[in-house]
Amino acid sequence: MRKIFLIIQREYLTRVRKRSFIVMTILGPLLMAATIIIPIYLATQTNESKTVAVIDETGIFFEKFKDSENIRFHYLVSDIASAKANFNKSGDDALLYIPKTEVSLPVNAIMYSEKNVSINVISYIRNVMSRQIEELKLQARLRELQTDKKEPVAVDDLLRSIKTSVDINTLKIGDDGQESKSYTELNMVLGMFSGILIYFFIFMFGAQVMRGVIEEKTSRIVEVIISSVKPFQLMMGKIIGVGLVGLTQFILWVILTFGIVTIITSTMTTKGVDQSATEQILKQQQAMNPASAELMPENPETGANEMSGVMEAINSVNFPVMIGAFLFFFLVGYLMYAALFAAIGGAVDSEADTQQFMFPITIPLILSIVMAQFIIRDPDGPVSFWFSMFPLTSPVVMMIRIPFGVPYMEVILSMVLLLLGFLGTTWLAAKIYRTGILMYGKKISYKELWKWLRYKS
Amino acid sequence: MDLFSAQLVSKQYANHKALDKVSIHVPEGSIFGLLGPNGAGKTTLIRIINQIIAPDEGELIFMGRKLQPNDIAYIGYLPEERGLYKKMTVGEQAMYLAQLKGLSHHEAQKRLKFWFEKFEIKGWWNRKVEELSKGMQQKVQFLVTIIHDPKLLIFDEPFSGFDPINANLLKEEILAQKENGATIIFSTHNMSSVEELCDDIALIDRSKVILSGGVRSIKKTFKTNTFEVSFDTFEGSLQSILPESFLILDESRDADHRHAHVRIPEGATPNDLIRPMLPFVTIYSIRELIPSMNDIFIQAVTQPTPQPVTQN
Repeated sequence: MRKIFLIIQREYLTRVRKRSFIVMTILGPLLMAATIIIPIYLATQTNESKTVAVIDETGIFFEKFKDSENIRFHYLVSDIASAKANFNKSGDDALLYIPKTEVSLPVNAIMYSEKNVSINVISYIRNVMSRQIEELKLQARLRELQTDKKEPVAVDDLLRSIKTSVDINTLKIGDDGQESKSYTELNMVLGMFSGILIYFFIFMFGAQVMRGVIEEKTSRIVEVIISSVKPFQLMMGKIIGVGLVGLTQFILWVILTFGIVTIITSTMTTKGVDQSATEQILKQQQAMNPASAELMPENPETGANEMSGVMEAINSVNFPVMIGAFLFFFLVGYLMYAALFAAIGGAVDSEADTQQFMFPITIPLILSIVMAQFIIRDPDGPVSFWFSMFPLTSPVVMMIRIPFGVPYMEVILSMVLLLLGFLGTTWLAAKIYRTGILMYGKKISYKELWKWLRYKS
Repeated sequence: MDLFSAQLVSKQYANHKALDKVSIHVPEGSIFGLLGPNGAGKTTLIRIINQIIAPDEGELIFMGRKLQPNDIAYIGYLPEERGLYKKMTVGEQAMYLAQLKGLSHHEAQKRLKFWFEKFEIKGWWNRKVEELSKGMQQKVQFLVTIIHDPKLLIFDEPFSGFDPINANLLKEEILAQKENGATIIFSTHNMSSVEELCDDIALIDRSKVILSGGVRSIKKTFKTNTFEVSFDTFEGSLQSILPESFLILDESRDADHRHAHVRIPEGATPNDLIRPMLPFVTIYSIRELIPSMNDIFIQAVTQPTPQPVTQN
């Protein structure tokens, strides 16, 4: 145990002290901060408000949507078909349609718009709708209780029974009046962001593991070391050490990015820039990055309406599950792939020889990113399901699905399969690794690898 | 007593047998030479002793009991394929390798300080390995091999890459380790160093031990009772004055003397060779021709083996 700790320590320290690590750690947050600040800056330049036309077939929400600084509502009394047809001429930015329901209270609404509607607007609408529905439900329940004169109900139960989540579909109307689905929703952004993050993390740090193994092999130090430790310890020490480097970089990025953003935006606001707009986009960006959500300082001066709207949007995502799942898929996904990268490093003599073995590893990773757009369109479909179960694609695909709400059983099943995948690849990799690191100057083919797998330890 | 012995060790790779029932005995406090042509199985045996790979069959006895995983703390190994992390400083690297051998941080520092002073390389501590010459790197490598005071030292081709001066330094250091009570296994092609250093040897060829034992007794068994005798320019036939059982293998002459290699029969002594010559010639020198380890190596390896190695 002490030896594997020594290995982890060496792998970690030599990398963290490298110039390239320090440069990346500084450059990364500057780039990320720029992607946050530039939209804020642009948003402060255009201060026009959005107008939303509302067709409420239920009549429940009449006069409930209040105008705010940035959103104006007006109610239309026409059928949805003609409203849609006239939408382009009306000058409205969006059209909210709440269809009539026969039995139950409405929990669905459709948002038509020409351009993407900001998360804020949707969050505000959802917030108003669910509050209104909850109020109606509460009244109904109270009436029931009064007439039935049953035993008193616990307040908790009561609150839980009326809790309502409203689903708002966003559809795009083109210039020709055609509809197409648009995807501005928070959960989509969250899913894509964390999926891509995992993808990059695996590639960047998996390749570092591979390069480290090749370095040990070409510098011929490997035999000296494995006379002191088991090849498996050396391999795992390297994988864990590099993983910790990645985690360190990630955490530093998050902290530095928000440090920079907070400093710059606070100087922007003191210059008299519209704070609420800044705050709003900041929150939006924050929402994309789950791990950083708690790191944002609260700003009490924000307009209460917008604040609550964004908070509602953020609250609609189950963050403990999201963050927990992210960390799990992030780390176990990395561990699984890193073992494969280590095996490749052990099998070849130089980085130039890695191509033929890299191919089958990169395919599932690239495939999961390519599939991302289909998965977002249909997060619960069979394609999404199977891709999020298969261990080589699940780290990316499951993270894309999770913000849309995945049954716990599926998440747990996928986690178990991923763990099995991790054990499987590590077992496989260890066999190739321990034979490969002692082979020099031999061109390795798949046939040769297959032979190594069958060697006894 | 044997510090280490291997008994009937076999190792099979997918398409060839690397070791076939190999047994060696390494007496405590000796220098043991592991000889053999390239690809004979020496490195495989050394890796098995270091527990880098496991044998398919056979037993390994270390310090009177079965070899255990923790015994690597008592073994120092300098592989043939050796190197260091190029981007690390010498001191950090030495600390790392010493601690991997089981030394505590404090102990490693203390010992390394001692050895760096002894080898006069204190100034290298903070230099990166890539700044050192190959010979300098070898010195560092040797140092970390012995840093944990191993009972058994294994050197695989230790002299490759050393210039003659440093090779000599290394040889002295190896002998000093023996003086300190270490047992040394030493694999090489360099037969002259075997003669200088080794007490015992095992010669491995095509996965089998074909010759083993003390260097002196092996030489004894390989000597052929052949003597070189130098005498004056006697014109007659030497064979005519010697008994028939005395075989002349080779004859040559230079300006002053004639030289003859004569094999004397079993039971005869050099005196029996000289006696019939004395009435006819003046003898200037006589010496026994003892085969060098080089000759023995070549003879043993090129002889057809009684059982051909089975290839599967």
